[in-house]
Order: sequence, then structure tokens, then C-alpha cells
Amino acid sequence: MEATENGKGSTLRYAFGNVLSFFILLLIGILAFSIRLFSVIKYESVIHEFDPYFNYRVTQYLTKNGIYDFWNWFDDRTWYPLGRVIGGTVYPGLTLTAGTLWWILNSLNIPLSVETVCVFTAPIFSANAAWATYLLTKEVKGTGAGLMAAALLAMVPSYISRSVAGSYDNEAVAIFALISTFYLYIKTLNTGSLFYATLNAIAYFYMVCSWGGYTFIINLIPMHVLLCIVTGRYSSRLYIAYAPLVVLGTLLASLVPVVGFNAVMTSEHFASFLVFIIIHVVALVYYIKGILSPKMFKLAVTLVVSVGLVVCCAVIAVLIALVASSPTKGWSGRSLSLLDPTYASKYIPIIASVSEHQPPTWPSYFMDINVLAFLVPAGIIACFLPLSDASSFVVLYIVTSVYFSGVMVRLMLVLAPAACIMSGIALSEAFDVFTRSIKFQLPGVSGNDAVKTDKNEDSVKERPSKKNKKKEKENVEKASIKSQIEKRLLVLPLEASVIAILLLVLLGAFYVVHCVWAAAEAYSAPSIVLTSYSHDGLHVFDDFREAYAWLRHNTEVDDKVASWWDYGYQTTAMANRTVIVDNNTWNNTHIATVGTAMSSPEKAAWEIFNSLDVKYVLVVFGGLVGYSSDDINKFLWMVRIGGGVFPHIKEPDYLRDGQYRIDSQATPTMLNCLMYKLSYYRFVETDGKGFDRVRQTEIGKKYFKLTHFEEVFTTHHWMVRIYKLKPPKNRIRGKAKKSKSKASSTTTSRRSGTRKKNPWH
Amino acid sequence: MSRALLIFLTSIAFLAILCNSFSPENPTDRRILVLLDDLAIKSSHSLFFKSLQTRGFELDFKLGDDPKIALRRYGQYLYDSLILFSPTIERFGGSIDVSTVLDFVDSGHDLIIAADTSASDLIRAISTECGVDFDEDPAAMVIDHTSYAVSDTEGDRTLIASDDFIQSDVILGNRKIEAPVLFRGIGHSINPANSLVLKILSASPSAYSANPKSKLSNPPSLTGSAISLVSIVQARNNARILISGSLSMFSNRFSRSGVQKAGSSTKHAKSGNEQFLTELSKWVFHERGHLKAANVRHHKVGEADEPAMYRINDDLEYFVEIHEWSGTSWEPYVANDVQVQFYMMSPYVLKTLSTDQKGLYFTAFKVPDVYGVFQFKVEYQRLGYTSLSLSKQIPVRPFRHNEYERFITEAFPYYGASFSMMAGFFIFTVVYLYNK
Repeated sequence: MEATENGKGSTLRYAFGNVLSFFILLLIGILAFSIRLFSVIKYESVIHEFDPYFNYRVTQYLTKNGIYDFWNWFDDRTWYPLGRVIGGTVYPGLTLTAGTLWWILNSLNIPLSVETVCVFTAPIFSANAAWATYLLTKEVKGTGAGLMAAALLAMVPSYISRSVAGSYDNEAVAIFALISTFYLYIKTLNTGSLFYATLNAIAYFYMVCSWGGYTFIINLIPMHVLLCIVTGRYSSRLYIAYAPLVVLGTLLASLVPVVGFNAVMTSEHFASFLVFIIIHVVALVYYIKGILSPKMFKLAVTLVVSVGLVVCCAVIAVLIALVASSPTKGWSGRSLSLLDPTYASKYIPIIASVSEHQPPTWPSYFMDINVLAFLVPAGIIACFLPLSDASSFVVLYIVTSVYFSGVMVRLMLVLAPAACIMSGIALSEAFDVFTRSIKFQLPGVSGNDAVKTDKNEDSVKERPSKKNKKKEKENVEKASIKSQIEKRLLVLPLEASVIAILLLVLLGAFYVVHCVWAAAEAYSAPSIVLTSYSHDGLHVFDDFREAYAWLRHNTEVDDKVASWWDYGYQTTAMANRTVIVDNNTWNNTHIATVGTAMSSPEKAAWEIFNSLDVKYVLVVFGGLVGYSSDDINKFLWMVRIGGGVFPHIKEPDYLRDGQYRIDSQATPTMLNCLMYKLSYYRFVETDGKGFDRVRQTEIGKKYFKLTHFEEVFTTHHWMVRIYKLKPPKNRIRGKAKKSKSKASSTTTSRRSGTRKKNPWH
Repeated sequence: MSRALLIFLTSIAFLAILCNSFSPENPTDRRILVLLDDLAIKSSHSLFFKSLQTRGFELDFKLGDDPKIALRRYGQYLYDSLILFSPTIERFGGSIDVSTVLDFVDSGHDLIIAADTSASDLIRAISTECGVDFDEDPAAMVIDHTSYAVSDTEGDRTLIASDDFIQSDVILGNRKIEAPVLFRGIGHSINPANSLVLKILSASPSAYSANPKSKLSNPPSLTGSAISLVSIVQARNNARILISGSLSMFSNRFSRSGVQKAGSSTKHAKSGNEQFLTELSKWVFHERGHLKAANVRHHKVGEADEPAMYRINDDLEYFVEIHEWSGTSWEPYVANDVQVQFYMMSPYVLKTLSTDQKGLYFTAFKVPDVYGVFQFKVEYQRLGYTSLSLSKQIPVRPFRHNEYERFITEAFPYYGASFSMMAGFFIFTVVYLYNK
């Protein structure tokens, strides 16, 4: 409307606005990329943490051996002796993405190492994710909201935590894929174009390739479709947006080896099929309604309803039978623990043991999304004025993701884009209202302030006009008229508006400061190199790499290293040694075996490890330097997981009056278990007292010897200790132990005394 | 420069000659250190020593308390085995003590210990470490009132004539030991749970261990056939140890004297000692019962190269050569009970290997339908033989994506369904679009 009013001058302004928003987007991309480089600048260009090492190793294999070998890769260096079919159990999206990047760069004669490409994949994709957010929000609420949301997402700490340079994990590309899929769904919904529907299916395929979180999409979109149908918003656009996605998406998803038949077999996908059926029924009803007279239609409805009920009952009966036949009711453990947050802690300690599967605390919300948490409600309200298909989708998105993030801290990552979109909408709407109020009250002002607000308004105002062009068929007409009336009504006092804008800008500034701080301080530590500041300066703990390098250089290629599963990926990737269990926790029994060995006394542990051909045992010990996420702190999980499979390991045996302690009050079982011994062996030699700085107590048993293990390597700060299994004794001693050993060691004994032959006594 | 090289090379050649000693390739011992209580034993036990020397061993006789004796110098062992004929010694001379002797054994060398009544703590300590417990009473001897040796000169009941040998050709030779073995000395017991110690010569059920000079006040601690007179130990590293409770068993006098077991009418002109000890020393010094496995190979049926990885359901062949050391050369080992396991935490395949009688053992089997890291395991432990324990790791992978059948018969209805649907859709489209 405004376009026709202003005529030619305004088209120029729109062109200018487009160029401006292009440059803003470019800057947002650069911001998203560069805010994630703190880790490289402060530390070095390394792969971070645990899972990224596995992804890095897989990428190396991919670039070396090609895609077919990768697909068929049977890895005999993990999960000894079971091995792992990597090609069939890994989400290949990230690896293929980075591999392709590397390949393209190499074909352009840019010789980057695979590691460099892997390190920088996450920042690149977070820029992409910011752009995708722009597109998605633009579809929902226009360009201004889009730009705002993109800027917020570019630096939201929750996403930064998973996508700093070096954090080479599935989530890095998956969030981009998630947002793109949502964008294309909304785009299809708004345009009704089959072209976008197909693109949507492809984006969904990319998401399935990248992350197990794709089930969120395939449940959220059906929910939205159902919502639209229930609220009487069914249209052919909805059908086009949904039906091709289910058909093509399911076909494509089942092409990914790790998903395969799960795409049609597991309960996570049932919702989409159910809604698929429903939308067809609804489409049929609408079609019949169109060709029949109202009277005939009523007749037909009764007919269809009665037949449909019978069919539905049959289908539901079959479904229930199918679901009931599977022990977990067709749900994977992780999904079940999402629906029932207490499920994991009750039945699957291995899922509950992972810190990122714990429910988050309120501070972590504040840490991860900061001021967005307060803007989200405003965004939700803005989405209801007016409620379109698209805005109802983002509302649904934020509601579900808030719930999921409340269950698992890891899913905060899914919440972050939703929160950014909502906050973007809220901020943009607020600016819209305030600047409009200012403009209405100062019609003749053409000072610097007005120009600035104009621009701001510009990008915002672009929205309704564009929408009008595209969505003429829709009832937006009504909405825009309504919004025109609202515009008149919603004029705030000038001073209030100016102050509110200032406050909002201040809020945004706080957010930026917080994000930069989070990126620089909180989330950029690679966790394989640790630093600490103390009164005498900066300390760097590089013990992990020291230990892995020792293993790589001092052990045989085929030697097996046992450790708690956290260190499995790093050991295979950095030390290139075979491990028993690793971070891909697919076999609970195997992990329980290692847990049992760690919680058993030395001899029993030796037998377990020996039966697994283990040569070396690696434990992480933080007691000397105060590194709190060490094996002693994780030990109760080992006991729990081990005891879940081998009932002779009982958790109460390790607890004194329900308290976990390692001091002199600890239980004998605790003081004699392998983990205690391997952690605290010779520890008393460091300070003479054996004071554990993590537990803040003196250890219970200070002087003991190892009979079946020998210490072969301990890193500089004692953070990693490596033990070797002693071979079985060459000889078996006779029975006459006590007197003989005394006789041999001190040449004095009861008997030599009686014989009076020893000249020394 | 070249001269130095020449000297170096010749010295290496000499070294090679000097080093003609125990090695995995040539497992018979060559240099033996004999530690004696006094040098008279050298002559009084000369029959035993001579039998060793005629078989090519170099014996080095030293007094047990000789301050210059040493087992190793500059990290090299000077001897391949040790004979301790010094039952009363309290402390060795030189650098030898209990732990050096045990280290000597633990590095794969052999040991013969002859104890006697009033054996010293040192000898007892070494024996205990090897798994043999001598009677704690220092004055005790093995006494047997039924199977003693009837003799003109020595009429007491401590001279045992025992013929309760272990039934093993590989330890005591093919030829049956005809006469009983004369024994006078201390008895010992072994822990039945100890799988490394074997009783070679046991006392009769009527024997007991006590001080013959004093009255028996309380029941003897060792009685009956639990008493072992001579035992052998084969350590896990295949070092072999012979422990005897009697030094005089090795003596010329016992070897030469005739023997008549009490209550038996047969009188043997010559005791079994010489034959028994010769055969036993052959075993101890690895002239018999030493096995070696070589050339472990495996490959798919019809191929020659060893793959790095098998696929499930592959057919494979497994070969291993097993030889036995005869004292001078490696001879094919012939047996029908060698088994191979295809092992991943538990054996998935257990097959007895067939042999071609020339030392080559082989079998063929199908890889089980399970993927993982398997091992070919041969665990061959037979009485008297060195233990063979071979394991070779081999991963087994699942099918590759293109190794499945492309079309399966059972699925033809589905193929038919999809193609008919495609055709039907095409026809429907044509009809719908152009039929108006």
C-alpha cells in the first residue's frame, strides 16, 4: 500500500534497503564467524573435547579412502573385540560436509589440512545458520525481525558453546539444517510452491544426515499441521508443504544408513504418518465438500465418518499391537527420557550419567540465552498479532523447545534459535512501535535522529507490503487493514518512546557484552588443554595430549587401552590405540564390564581386563591439581552402570551412610577398588599427606602396593595415569608362605632361630 | 679403518660361536653352572655329570660359597642352567642369592635342585618360590616300612626304593624304567592347585616323613603318596626346574648298587637311578618335549595371500607348523589333538587340526556370521610339553553395501508392485490429461 502511495521514490528506497540489508547480513555472517575464533586465538587451532575427535578421525578416513570405504568402514580399533560399523552407525552429514569442503578447497589448489577444515567448519556453518534464521524470521514477520533475529543468533551463547572453532560436532551443521528445514517449510506454507516443498525435503534429508535431533522436526511439523487443521486453517498450501515432506523425506531419511528402517519403524516417526493420514482425510473432505451440495455433503459425512471410524480403529489396533510388541514401546531410550524426564535416571544410568543429559538449572538459561529469556514472551505476543500459519509455527516451536530444553541441558541448543527468532520479532516490533510513535509525533523532523529511525522503520515496513504482494489470496488483507487502525491507536508518548528505544538498545548492548564474554571466556576452552590462573600467573595443563602421545610412541600398535568411555574417542584419535569402550555408548554391557572392572578389587579387575586382552589402563585423576571432572568423581556412575548388568557390584558398598567419600571414613570396598588404587597409587608421595584438592580431603588409604598392575606413565600434573597389566606370575609359589618369605627377605625366622646356625643372630 | 672393521667382524663371528647357547631356535642348554657343597661331590656323583658331558654340556663346577661365582655379567647370563648340589649352603658366594636364582629362572633358564636332610633355608626358600614345600622339620626324612630297599649294608627304612613314576613318555622317555629308584632324603609336598608343578616320583602310600632318630610324638605332617620325592616345575615361560629331596639319588653309589624292594623277590642288578636321572635331565635341559610353532598362515579358500580382514561367512584355511626339538634338530611333531579356536571373547569355532605327519597342521572352516575382532588361538598344553599359546588377531567385517544380492526372489512381488504402479500412474496421467 505504501509502495503505491510513495511511488517511484519509494522503490529506490526499497532498493537501498535491500542493499543495506544485504550488507547487514554480510556483517552478521562475519560476526558469527569471527566471534567463534576466540578459541583459536586464545589457545590453538585444535579439535575440542571428545566427540569432535571421533568426527575428525572419521573425516580423515573419508578424505583418505573415499566415500564408499567410509560407508563400509568397519572399525576394529574401538569397542574391542566387538568392533563398530562406523558407516552404518554414524550420522554422516557433518563428515561429508567437511570432507566436501576440504575436497573443494584442495581442487582449487588451496592446500588446507583436514584438521583446519574441521576446526573452521562450525564457524562457517554458524554464519549460514544466521542467514537461515534471517530467511525464516523474514517469512514470519518481515525483514526487520529477520535481521534482528539473525544478529541475535549469530552470537547467542548457547549456540556458540557448540560451534566455536574446533568444536567439530554434529550440532554445528545440524542447527543450520534445522533452521533451513523450518524456513523451507514456512516458505512452502506461504507460497504453496512444490519447488520449495522439494527443497524442504532435501533440507530435511540433510538434517537427518547430520543429527539425531531430526526427530524434533518430524514431530514438530506434524504438530503444526495438526494445529492448522484443528484451527480450521487447512489449505492446499498446507497440503503441499506437508505431504511431499513426509513422502520424500521418509524415503530420503531411510537412505541414511544409521536411520534406515527406523524411518518407518520407530515410534518417533509415527506422528508424521498419522498426521499424513489425517491431512488426506481432511483434503478429501474439503474436496467432497466442494463438489457436493450441502445436503449431499451431510450424507457423505455420515458415511465417511462411519467408514473412517472403522478404518481408524483397525489402523490404531495394528499400531498398538506393533508398538506393544517392542520392549521400549518403539521409543529409543533417549526419546523416552525426553517424554518422561525421570525415565533415564530410573532405567538407563548410561544416559543419565552424561552431564549434558541432565536438566538445566536457571543460571544455565541465563548463561545460554541471556536477555532473550525475557524477550521471548513479548515475541510470542507479537506472533499472535496477527496469527498467521507461519507465526503459529514459531510459537509451537518455542513452546516445544522450551519443554525439551528443560529436560536436557543439551537441547538448550534447539531452544536458542527459537528464542532468537522470538526475541528478534519482539525487538523488531518494539522498535517498530516506538519509531512509529516518534515519527507520528514529529512529522516534519528530518534530523539525524529521524533518518536513523526511518531506516529502522524502513526495513520493518517493507514487510507488510511484500507480504501483500505475495499473499494476496490470504486473509492478510484484513490483518493489514487492522494493523493500520492499530497504528493510529498504538501511538506512545514521544519521551516514553525515546527512553524505551534507549533502554532496548542498552539491553541489546548488555546482550552483546555477555555474548562476547561467553565466547571469549566460558565456551572457548578446548577441554583437552586446560588453563588456570593463580597468584603466580597462568598455568597450562596439557596432560591429556602428553598421555596420548606417550601411548602413541611407547606402546605396540595393537595394544588395547582400557579407560572409562569418556576418553575412548580421544584415545583412538590421538593415540591411535584400540579401546574397549568409547563415547558412542551403543553397548551397555560392554561399558558395564569396564565399570565393573573399575569397581572391582585388583585381582578381579585384572581378570576382567585380561579376558579383554587389555594391556594398559588409563585413569584420569584430578586430585593433584584440582581438576574436578576426573574419574573418581565419575566413579559412582561406573558403579551404577556396572551394577546394572553385574549385580554383585552394589552401590551402597561404596557409600558410607549414603555419602560418597574417599577419606578414612570410606568403605573398605571403596578403598580396595581398582579405581581408587589406580588414582591414588603413590599419591601420598606428592605432599606427604595425600590431600585431594578436588574432594578437599585427605585420602583414606595412603600406602599400598599394586600386585597386578604396574604404573608405567603419569603425566606432569598427574592428570592422566597409565598402568600396565602385569603378566601372570611365571611361577606359583608354594604354600609355606609366611615363614619362607620372612626367611628369604630378612634371613631371620622362627626356624633359623631354633637351628642357631645363622651367625648374625 | 678396514682393519678395525675386520677385527670387529671376526670378533662378531667368534661371539657367534661363543654364543652357541640356549635360544629359541636352539633350545638345548649348553653351559651349566654346578654349585657344590664340597668338591668331593664332583667325583662321587661323576656318573651323572659324565652323562651330561657326553651329551655335549659344558659343566662348570664351583663351590657354592666361592666368592667369584656370578650368574650374569654386563646384563648377559653366563650360563644356560644351574645345578644346585649344595643342600646345606646358607649363603651363596659372589652375587648370587635367592632373587638372582629366581630371576635366572624367570628369564627362561633351567634349574636342578637337590636338597637333602637338613636342607638349608636358602634351598628351601628357592624351592618354595618354585612351588615345592619341603617338610618343615629339618631333621625329617622319608621313612617307609613297606617299600624300602633291602640292602646288605644299609638296613634302615630311610632308603626308599620307589617305582611310582609319572606316566609320561615325554618326561621319562619311551623306555620303561625297569628298576626302582633309590632315594634317601627329605620329602616334599606340592599344592594340588598348582598347575605348574608335577610329581615325578611319589612315595608309596605307607611312607611318612619324620625324624628317624627320635620317637614319633605327634602324627607326621606329610604322609602317604602325598609325599613327593622328585618333582618338576615348568614355569610359564617354559623354564624347567627339577627338585629332588635327595642329593644321594644322583650319586654313583646309588646308581651302581643293585636294588631289591622289600617284600619283592625280584632283585635288580642295577637300580633305576641312572636311567631315571638321564631321562629326566634330558627333559629338564630341553632335549625333549620342547615344541615350537612356526609359519602360522591363514587365507581364504582358493587364495594364497593373507588378508588383513575377513568378511562374515568367508571360507578360510588355517595352517600352523609345529616342531619338536630333539636335542640336535627340529623334528616334526605328530599329534592328533591340536585344536584351533576362532575366538572373540568365547570360541565361535573350535576345530581339531589335521596333520600331514610332517609337522604341518591345517584346517578349513567358515567364518561365523558375526563381525568383530577375532583371534586365531592355539592353546596347546600337554603334560611334559612346553605350552604353545598362539594368538593372531584378525578382524571380521560385515558385508559391504554392494555385496548383498542385488535382486532377491522373495521380493519379486514388490518389484512388480512398484513397476506396475509406475506404469499405472503414467497411463493415468496420459488419460487424465488428454482425454477431454
